[in-house]
Amino acid sequence: MLAVTEGGPQATPNAGHTQGGEALVNGITSSTALWYASRATGVVALLLLTAVMVLGIVVNRQGRLPGLPRFGATSLHRSVSLLAVVFVAVHVATAIADPFVSIGILAAVVPFVSHYEGFWLGLGAVSLDLMAALIVTSLVRGRIGRRTWRVVHWLAYLTWPVAFAHSIGSATDMQGGLLLYLGIGCAVAVAAAAAWRVTAARRAVPPAQRAARVLAAASASRRLDRDRHAGAGAR
Amino acid sequence: MSVGYLAAAGTPRVTPPPGLPRLIPADCAAGPEADHGFGQQSLAGHLARLGPLTYPARPGGLIAEAEAAGLTGRGGAAFPVHRKLAAVAGQARERRRAVVVANGAEGEPASGKDAALLWGAPHLVLDGLQLVAQATGATEAFLYSRRGEELSRRLLGALRQRAAAGLDRVQVELVQAPDAFLAGEESALVSWLNGGPARPAFKQPPVWQRGVAGLPTLVQNVETLAHLALIARFGAGWFRAEGTPAEPGTMLVTVHRADGGSYITETGVGTPLAALLPAELGAPGARTAPDASGGIQAVLAGGYHGAWLDPGRAAGLTLSNASLRPAGAFAGAGVLAALPVGRCGLAETARVGRYLALESAGQCGPCFNGLPHIAGALDELAGPRPRRQALADVQRWAGLVAGRGACHHPDGFVRFVRSALSVFRAELDAHGRGRCTATDPAPFLPVPAGAPTGS
Amino acid sequence: MKDNLRLLVNPAACTGHGNCAELLPELITLDEWGYPLLPEGGVPAGLSRQARRAARDCPALALMISGEAREEHSEETQKFRRRPA
Repeated sequence: MLAVTEGGPQATPNAGHTQGGEALVNGITSSTALWYASRATGVVALLLLTAVMVLGIVVNRQGRLPGLPRFGATSLHRSVSLLAVVFVAVHVATAIADPFVSIGILAAVVPFVSHYEGFWLGLGAVSLDLMAALIVTSLVRGRIGRRTWRVVHWLAYLTWPVAFAHSIGSATDMQGGLLLYLGIGCAVAVAAAAAWRVTAARRAVPPAQRAARVLAAASASRRLDRDRHAGAGAR
Repeated sequence: MSVGYLAAAGTPRVTPPPGLPRLIPADCAAGPEADHGFGQQSLAGHLARLGPLTYPARPGGLIAEAEAAGLTGRGGAAFPVHRKLAAVAGQARERRRAVVVANGAEGEPASGKDAALLWGAPHLVLDGLQLVAQATGATEAFLYSRRGEELSRRLLGALRQRAAAGLDRVQVELVQAPDAFLAGEESALVSWLNGGPARPAFKQPPVWQRGVAGLPTLVQNVETLAHLALIARFGAGWFRAEGTPAEPGTMLVTVHRADGGSYITETGVGTPLAALLPAELGAPGARTAPDASGGIQAVLAGGYHGAWLDPGRAAGLTLSNASLRPAGAFAGAGVLAALPVGRCGLAETARVGRYLALESAGQCGPCFNGLPHIAGALDELAGPRPRRQALADVQRWAGLVAGRGACHHPDGFVRFVRSALSVFRAELDAHGRGRCTATDPAPFLPVPAGAPTGS
Repeated sequence: MKDNLRLLVNPAACTGHGNCAELLPELITLDEWGYPLLPEGGVPAGLSRQARRAARDCPALALMISGEAREEHSEETQKFRRRPA
């Protein structure tokens, strides 16, 4: 399913060695397997993170997913984010273990620590750090206080774009074909959800005006009821 | 003029002014409208009348004296002052810093006593503020005053005089409160001083633990501080010479008479309501039959979070919590209003109810939903031929709303409304039959015009 | 030793999401505006796990579990029915 383009170890029948200097056996090396695994888990992680973003906004908007109870969106948001952590962990681990590209542990968590890894990989480290903050604070949210948790959670709006940029920048296979459409699909989904969030925030009634709004609505409906009552009731 | 303020025990005190008034000098008219030039508002006049401010010789001295005096908060809650002081002082010992605030926001439209006190005796309030700052080890002090250009100028002037005399150990910052009913609520005040909106907050942790800038904060009504300043000079025994044993001392009251006039005075706690509303409730001690009352149909005790009382009942009550609580009301911040016959009690209640509903901070669902719904139903009850449904609606929503806010706005609102439905039951019957006993449609209780602000 | 938990809600933080009422229907119902009505008494020992989950999963972190000890000051405040001055 992964389209192999230039940049990765290739199984060419003519080459005696791969770029990493390893002997070719059946055209597949352990390095290749790790490389594939890293790419694959990366794509799935991006899909899951997209789902997490959209679900998070659904929770914030108090939306209901069809067929699920009210707490379904909250539950799903939590479960999918934990699943995403697993995939991101494997994605990072296989990338580190892969001897073809020397991404050390340090480069995975400290962004731009060396020039070799490149800008796009550095973004991956940034998004990993942000994700860690989101996940850890959410696991202890009962203990750190509402305000602290909320402030950190706002970083989600930064985490996803950075992860997305990392994906399309460092995975050249996402720059064409099926994966490109997948990437576009994810971006559209998040953009739509974010737009929904923004319009909701704009339309939200500030606290100072809430009672006035309710009073207007309650008075109007009371008037309607009275008219109906007066019309229907016997004099 | 430098005044030594470290008084050792046994320093002879100036004779306390005899009887009443204690707080606002007699020749000072209540209210910012009356301008008396320098008079008793000057620092020199204040010190000449009352002597220098004496700080207690031993640590904890003020707290002990406040406890002996039995002073309770004059902002409405009547919370024992010594307990608040001790709580903040205890926290301040651990955290090394504290904040004290003089609360003069007076968001209640029918109350004018805090403004009168700040106008007529600002130095007494500021003395009290310095005393609590010393007692709690506070490093910052605020005077949170209701909006008013003239008043602010007076207060800034008073602060400047004190600074020139080197009187204030802790510098006081004057902050204007927003024009909102809830502006004086303790946590709303703290939120405002922290740079946020004047909206009440959930009470955990309480402000005496984490308040302004996250520090232990003492919030006291300006009148409470004024009493403290006198207690520090003249002692707990002197304070207890007025009032009742259970509720000692004096309090300021704002009285709205049936003829539309109002006055502010200081009176001992436990004063009969009939003495404060003589024309309306007759001579003290005489039990007036409802139809023989001096042209009034109800008395509101405790302000807009208080309760309406039948005149006959009110005539037998005194201005104290011991007397008013069993009747469903409370002394609060000393607001009394006598509603004359010829007005519609339900219309008054609906008008005030609508104001209170709109003054909701808009944070807590039961409040910003429930209060407007109740206000809408009150509007219907105040009009001709309300449906029976309207009364049932009020009762249902009142039960849903009380106790479910972050502050006591919904509780007070419900108390006010329920008392109206009881006291004005004859009016309710009349409206049900399509009649209203009122002859004068003009509004009686004061309600500020315009949209609520402050959040 | 009996686990004596109480359910508390921060009314200013509650947005009327309604998760709590679904996770703990035995104890929490919603009023007509969608805000939670909490039980007067404590949480029965058998429901403590669900109660903790409800508090953990409140999107606004408004629902809280507290032990028996309440702060003295806030008790007194409730008793004296503080009115905004």
